[in-house]
Amino acid sequence: MEKVISAKLYFTVWAILMCLTAATAALSYVNMGALSPVVALLIATVKGSLVVLFFMHAKYIDVKTTVLVIVAGFFWLSILLLMTMTDYITRAWS
Amino acid sequence: MATASAITAEREHYLNADYGFRSWLLTTDHKRIALLYLITITFFFFVGGFFALLIRLELLTPQGDLVQADTYNKLFSMHGQVMIFFFLLPAVPAVLGNFLVPMMIGAKDLAFPRINLLSWYLFIIGGGLMLYTMLTGGVDTGWTFYVPLSTAYLGTHVVLAAVSIFIAGFSSILTGLNFIVTIHRMRAPGMTWGRMPLFLWSNYATSIIQVLGTPVLAITLALVGLERMFHLGVFNPQLGGDPLLFQHLFWFYSHPAVYIMILPGMGVVSEIIPCFSRKRVFGYEFVALASIGIAVLGFLVWAHHMFVAGISVYSAMVFSFFSYLVAVPSAIKVFNWTATMYKGKIYYSTPMLYAMGFIGLFTMGGMTGLFLASLGVDVHVTDTYFIVAHFHYIMVGGMVMAYLAGMHFWWPKITGRMYPESWGKLAAMTIFIGFNLTFFPQFILGWTGMPRRYHAYTPEFQVLNVLSTAGSTVLAVGYLLPMVYFLWSLRYGKEAGDNPWGAAGLEWKTASPPPTYNFEETPVVTWEAYNYDDLPKEVPVVG
Ligand SMILES: [Cu+2]
Repeated sequence: MEKVISAKLYFTVWAILMCLTAATAALSYVNMGALSPVVALLIATVKGSLVVLFFMHAKYIDVKTTVLVIVAGFFWLSILLLMTMTDYITRAWS
Repeated sequence: MATASAITAEREHYLNADYGFRSWLLTTDHKRIALLYLITITFFFFVGGFFALLIRLELLTPQGDLVQADTYNKLFSMHGQVMIFFFLLPAVPAVLGNFLVPMMIGAKDLAFPRINLLSWYLFIIGGGLMLYTMLTGGVDTGWTFYVPLSTAYLGTHVVLAAVSIFIAGFSSILTGLNFIVTIHRMRAPGMTWGRMPLFLWSNYATSIIQVLGTPVLAITLALVGLERMFHLGVFNPQLGGDPLLFQHLFWFYSHPAVYIMILPGMGVVSEIIPCFSRKRVFGYEFVALASIGIAVLGFLVWAHHMFVAGISVYSAMVFSFFSYLVAVPSAIKVFNWTATMYKGKIYYSTPMLYAMGFIGLFTMGGMTGLFLASLGVDVHVTDTYFIVAHFHYIMVGGMVMAYLAGMHFWWPKITGRMYPESWGKLAAMTIFIGFNLTFFPQFILGWTGMPRRYHAYTPEFQVLNVLSTAGSTVLAVGYLLPMVYFLWSLRYGKEAGDNPWGAAGLEWKTASPPPTYNFEETPVVTWEAYNYDDLPKEVPVVG
């Protein structure tokens, strides 16, 4: 079953999320060329992972169905990205 | 005798267990919430139908003489938004699904009764906002909110409509979540996955789409709102965005949404066909897995809505291929229903008439969908009335027929009363005729080139448009009939008894209307679904 998680951990995670948001905002003023979206997406991925792992308790689960839900979620996200990419990589841009 | 009064005293059930507005508005009973949904979506059905009748009235003549072009744009936009988001999407899951999912698996309620009530309140808030949108001038984006039209050019209540759909979307997600958890965790002893009624399989598949697809729509509408209000450049090319990105995101949800609407209807039909053929359903496993197949494959076809929008031809070929493929599981179902009827003892009761109407009309809608999956034909008929006819054959000919089939089939269970059978048959026939008269001419109109979404047209299209408008009035009468006799039956209908159809399924093994916690004691299942071979060959209520 689920572990009880201390409020302190939640606040720590929340603080990290806030710092990362500030970092994204600050970095948007720095011109890194093609690297800009890469960095922004990296930070966003870290933030998303923190939310899923701690706030959604994915780090503490031992129920198989929960794993199934997470796997299904990522599978569907990959459908969205891959199938959209079939258009973007092969489109005639002119 | 002293016991005489005890016998005639009314048995307690979910309808009379408690009285007053409070007992309804704060209920967590899945059956009462189903009725709350029923009242709400019936209201929206008639609102959407009213818009439809105005549209058909305008199209009676080639000139735009009833309403102005701008008003017409609002009429078809709000017809679409109301019918799709506030009637078709919740119709079977939120009404029949809510009522039946716990009963069919032998549970006392859904896994999260309070979240179930919350989902209705979210629906009411979304629906209220939609009403407010309509009353304060409406919206004219079409139901699709295409950019940059919606974010940069229109002066109507785009954001308000988007917010209303955003909120109603969460009601849909919560219903789906509730069904998934309930079906996984709350099945009665012996109710294995292989013994579950097909209605549950199809609602389970629907729930997957609701949970995994709806958030994408929510995000997309939020981005539309942000771009419109704060000029955030996501979709509008003038701001550096890509309009096709909107279409990708929108249709990633909105094609599977078609299956949110039709899959539960297929579940209804899978219950009714075996019951009125007095036969075990043919190919149970295939019908069950076809539902899951549709849920997954349905996510791989969305760009068939974008073949003329300028996407890559290579990508279009991939999506075209999957669009052909997604027809396979639907075809499996149609063949299996037909095979179930083969050599069965068929009763043409009202639910069966609707179910058979569903098979025919859904097949026509599906087959014309294959025309559209083919790249060349699609270019020819995109944005013509052929598309309008195609999706109304699925949505109205398929889904509304299935919904009415289910309402008639389970009405005795929901209310404890029978509706008048001969009126039921008359209405089913009227709806079938009215439907075909309305929408078949639109196939020909579209094929010969009449574009959709215009309030005026060239005179050579008038004859077919007059036929279509005439059909829509027949259809309207057909829809009003059940309204009237269902209400009539609440007071004057015959007592139904526990199982008037002699149907298999746990919901028929308890009283009508059911007690608050559905079963006097938790049932134990030791038989396969649809064991009609072990049941009497007669339908009791027909004799
Ligand atoms: Cu589609």
